[in-house]
Amino acid sequence: MTTVGDRKPAGFEDNDQHPVGHGRMLRKEDPRFVRGRGNYVDDVQLPGMLHLAILRAPVAHARLVSIDTTAAEAHPKVKAVVTGATLETLNLAWMPTLSNDVQAVLVTDKVRFQGQEVAFVVAEDRYAARDALELIDVEYDVLDPVIDVRRALEDAAPVIRDDLEGKTDNHCFDWETGDAAATEAVFAKADVVVSQDIVYPRVHPAPMETCGAVADFDPVEGRLTLWSTTQAPHAHRTLYAIVAGLPEHKIRVISPDIGGGFGNKVPIYPGYVCAVVGSIVTGKPVKWMEDRSENLVSTGFARDYVMRGEIAATRDGRILGIRTHVLADHGAFNGTAAPVKYPAGFFGVFTGSYDLEAAYCHMTAVYTNKAPGGVAYACSFRITEAVYLVERIVDCLAAELAMDPVELRLKNFIKPEQFPYTTKTGWVYDSGNYEPTMRKAMDLAGYEDLRREQAEKRARGELMGIGVSFFTEAVGAGPRKHMDILGLGMADGCELRVHPTGKAVVRLSVQSQGQGHETTFAQIVGEELGIPPADVDVVHGDTDNTPFGLGTYGSRSTPVSGGAAALVARKVRDKARIVASGMLEVSADDLVWDKGSFHVAGDPSTAVTIQDIAMRAHGAGDLPEGYEGALEAQITYNPPNLTYPHGAYICVVDVDPGTAQVKVRRFVAVDDCGTRINPMIIEGQIHGGLTDGVGMALMEIVAFDEDGNCLGGSLMDYLLPTAMEVPDWETGFTVTPSPHHPIGAKGVGESATVGSPPAIVNAVVDALAPFGVRHADMPLTPSRVWDAMRGQARPPI
Amino acid sequence: MQVPAPFEYERATSVDHAIGLLERLGGSARLVAGGHSLLPMMKLRLANFEYLIDINDLRDELGYLDVRTDEIRIGALTRHRELLESDELAAAFPIFRDAEKVIADPVVRNWGTLGGSLCQADPSEDLSAVCTTLDGRCVIRGQSGERVVPMTEFHRGPYETAVGDDEILIEIRFPVRPRGGSAFEKVERRAGDWAVVSAGAAVWLLDDGRIADARVGLAAVGPNTTALPEISAALTGREPSEELYDEAGRLAAQGCRPESDMRGSEEYKRHLAGELTKRALRRSVERARERG
Repeated sequence: MTTVGDRKPAGFEDNDQHPVGHGRMLRKEDPRFVRGRGNYVDDVQLPGMLHLAILRAPVAHARLVSIDTTAAEAHPKVKAVVTGATLETLNLAWMPTLSNDVQAVLVTDKVRFQGQEVAFVVAEDRYAARDALELIDVEYDVLDPVIDVRRALEDAAPVIRDDLEGKTDNHCFDWETGDAAATEAVFAKADVVVSQDIVYPRVHPAPMETCGAVADFDPVEGRLTLWSTTQAPHAHRTLYAIVAGLPEHKIRVISPDIGGGFGNKVPIYPGYVCAVVGSIVTGKPVKWMEDRSENLVSTGFARDYVMRGEIAATRDGRILGIRTHVLADHGAFNGTAAPVKYPAGFFGVFTGSYDLEAAYCHMTAVYTNKAPGGVAYACSFRITEAVYLVERIVDCLAAELAMDPVELRLKNFIKPEQFPYTTKTGWVYDSGNYEPTMRKAMDLAGYEDLRREQAEKRARGELMGIGVSFFTEAVGAGPRKHMDILGLGMADGCELRVHPTGKAVVRLSVQSQGQGHETTFAQIVGEELGIPPADVDVVHGDTDNTPFGLGTYGSRSTPVSGGAAALVARKVRDKARIVASGMLEVSADDLVWDKGSFHVAGDPSTAVTIQDIAMRAHGAGDLPEGYEGALEAQITYNPPNLTYPHGAYICVVDVDPGTAQVKVRRFVAVDDCGTRINPMIIEGQIHGGLTDGVGMALMEIVAFDEDGNCLGGSLMDYLLPTAMEVPDWETGFTVTPSPHHPIGAKGVGESATVGSPPAIVNAVVDALAPFGVRHADMPLTPSRVWDAMRGQARPPI
Repeated sequence: MQVPAPFEYERATSVDHAIGLLERLGGSARLVAGGHSLLPMMKLRLANFEYLIDINDLRDELGYLDVRTDEIRIGALTRHRELLESDELAAAFPIFRDAEKVIADPVVRNWGTLGGSLCQADPSEDLSAVCTTLDGRCVIRGQSGERVVPMTEFHRGPYETAVGDDEILIEIRFPVRPRGGSAFEKVERRAGDWAVVSAGAAVWLLDDGRIADARVGLAAVGPNTTALPEISAALTGREPSEELYDEAGRLAAQGCRPESDMRGSEEYKRHLAGELTKRALRRSVERARERG
């Protein structure tokens, strides 16, 4: 069953409805942020705390000849200077990445990307630490870098990873999915085959808060407390235990308020390890906060896929198959943060929302002299790349067939009766009802009128484009048997305790970076227990105070921890039923639940509320036989499948024929994320993701020159969109619940980032159709659009 | 957080005090007003100065807009925001308001100054193009008195000006002539970004509608903002027309010296120099005609 709706732009008056459970309400965490009472890692101040700064390599590829730290050590405020050689003596010079590769904490042998960590200084203040970096004298023997991903596997290419035994090339991995032979067969019989080279350039998450940590090692207790910017505190704690050899119960990882993550704060960075080492060697708490440039040049990037997409169809527009070859740039170390059995993340969903006969992908990943990473930035584990590929290539097919792109999509959608639908690459889409979502978007946009307006404008020489995208995401990893990070299964715990007065505290394994967990999870519990969300405190981000779980990324908090929160609340409700049966002196089976209270069947006047029950459960009165007391429960939720949200986006652009500037005039986004817990928070997530999409489509790229110098090392060079570049977002929704999720919810945090870039690029390409343009790669800066208008569209790398 | 190297800081109490400090400290000192270019460069450690002399207290001496019938004088400490909001300035030279709307963002405009913009001498800086277009005269003061330098001689190369180590730019003067109109056009990748290319134009009409004089100034297409005297020569005495704007655009595209970078290719920038010159001239003429 799918329901449909939309929300007209309005004020905020209807955003605080004080719901008992799901509904529109203001975020509980916001008063602390708007009043400057947030507590971020950089707000942490400890007595005697020292400050750490990292010396970074100025070149992309160089053998380390020597480091002289004498002058830095002589600086009056410097407490320690540590190099790779020092770390080698502690066996900490290298650390595992989340993809079973290794990464240097500090360079011991060779610099492998510009901005790589070479040494660090611990000093009395941040200024002295930074000043002392300039006193370290490093001699480099500069080597030829590997920058062009297309040339990384040439015989003559320098070998970057000579630290790996027997490594003689820059090959990282090969991966394939689907059926090559079956796909070849459908391509052979197809009336029409269209192929297109498509680049998704390297971009950066650029969270407002950069990465950092405060490490406090207590040498007496042997206990490490680490405040750090992490999206996955529990997973990080386990990895620190493994890497540093510290006993896990002596490590406490605290992720306080986090100023945006977008995947950038999933990996463990060398800086975190340096902070820990710094605290161990000085015996003092040590703070490390990277600056903006360090964040941009050295931390987890996203995308960087060079793709060739091919699509096969009948002349009347029936899509038969999709085939793709991908060259993936993983940088100097494979730092991809994805379930280990999925080296390309969930790119396998590149078949999109369409019912195909066959599909196949072959991917080759390589090392280059660039910063490591690979999965980050609101991408749902590479679904961003997959959706961009399929939605671009479907538009190319529509152009080839001279068919309206909406009509082509409608014709090929997976039908509602086909769900659960197993794709040709093995993904089981849980639920979906695509056509109403597409129709809703067309209604909101006034699609037919827009096409008429476009025809009139084209006749006058004006350039107007209408772009459509339709996406299906796979979010909410696990189940644990298929998905793990370095052996840690992707399931999440949850604890709920109802206090005697009926107020509650729920403890989560996931961590908010701005998603509004303190509100959403209070609402989930409130809905199940029938108490106001204001009465539910949400505790998260502290491994000593929360149950184990894998953290927040890949839009997994609501699909996984949301399920856990609902189930743990139901478990508490079941206990409450037992207590209530004692209070009302009837069998538990004779009680009726009425959102917040139990009453005897047929007699509502007998109701006892959750608050009454909580007091009884903690009180001196009798409790039913076998009931120990208190009102609390604990659970670990292992999701049976991913959830598959979908959406239809329509973008309208105007291109200035004289300057080639693109103006996004309108953007309609209709999302289906199943059950909607707090529509205001969902809309906020959508607005943010759409803005991200405008950035990637029009301006963002981490580029390198031929020497491997990063050309995006500041926010004057790496452009992020502002309110000036985006229109008033027009949003709508349909609701197709997930059949396996306890409350039918699907993840939504990354939907708009996934779905919007193809809509914008499709719109620009549509605007340029009079010039015969079929494709142009992002970022569509004025200069690059002008090239496309003149038939000289070029890949950005 | 990016942190600068150590430096000493002093607040000047008068222009003479500031000049005295500059004379004593020489090239190791720098004036700071808005600081929106200087401080980021120091934090990135691209620039290291031992002394900063803060002139923000010198509003009485340096922060003013003096509009006269034949000349407008603007103190070097006048903020972008004041230039944006002055109706008198917009009436005489609408190019200022056009430009100020697209320079950086409100936070920068609240602090950044006219003098700072000119002395930074960034080849992509919009206000420098405005001053070039309007044939501004820069008043520079030192221990030995004042001298006046035309905009064409003020910039000596990227980030270099005619202002000596012990001197201060105190004022910029613009001649006001009858039947004038001006306009500014900019293409940027994103609001607040430096120009890919920007173009200012100013025209003055004769009573019969022909062009008495015209000037064009371009930013981001050469080592400094570029005045194009050949355009002035080509337009003077001519009847305004689309063909004439096209001709001026061609001259602008030919006469500039852009380089390819992340903002755009050399070819595109030449195209923009032409396109924006045409647009700015067209609007300038419309405005001159509206004023009668």
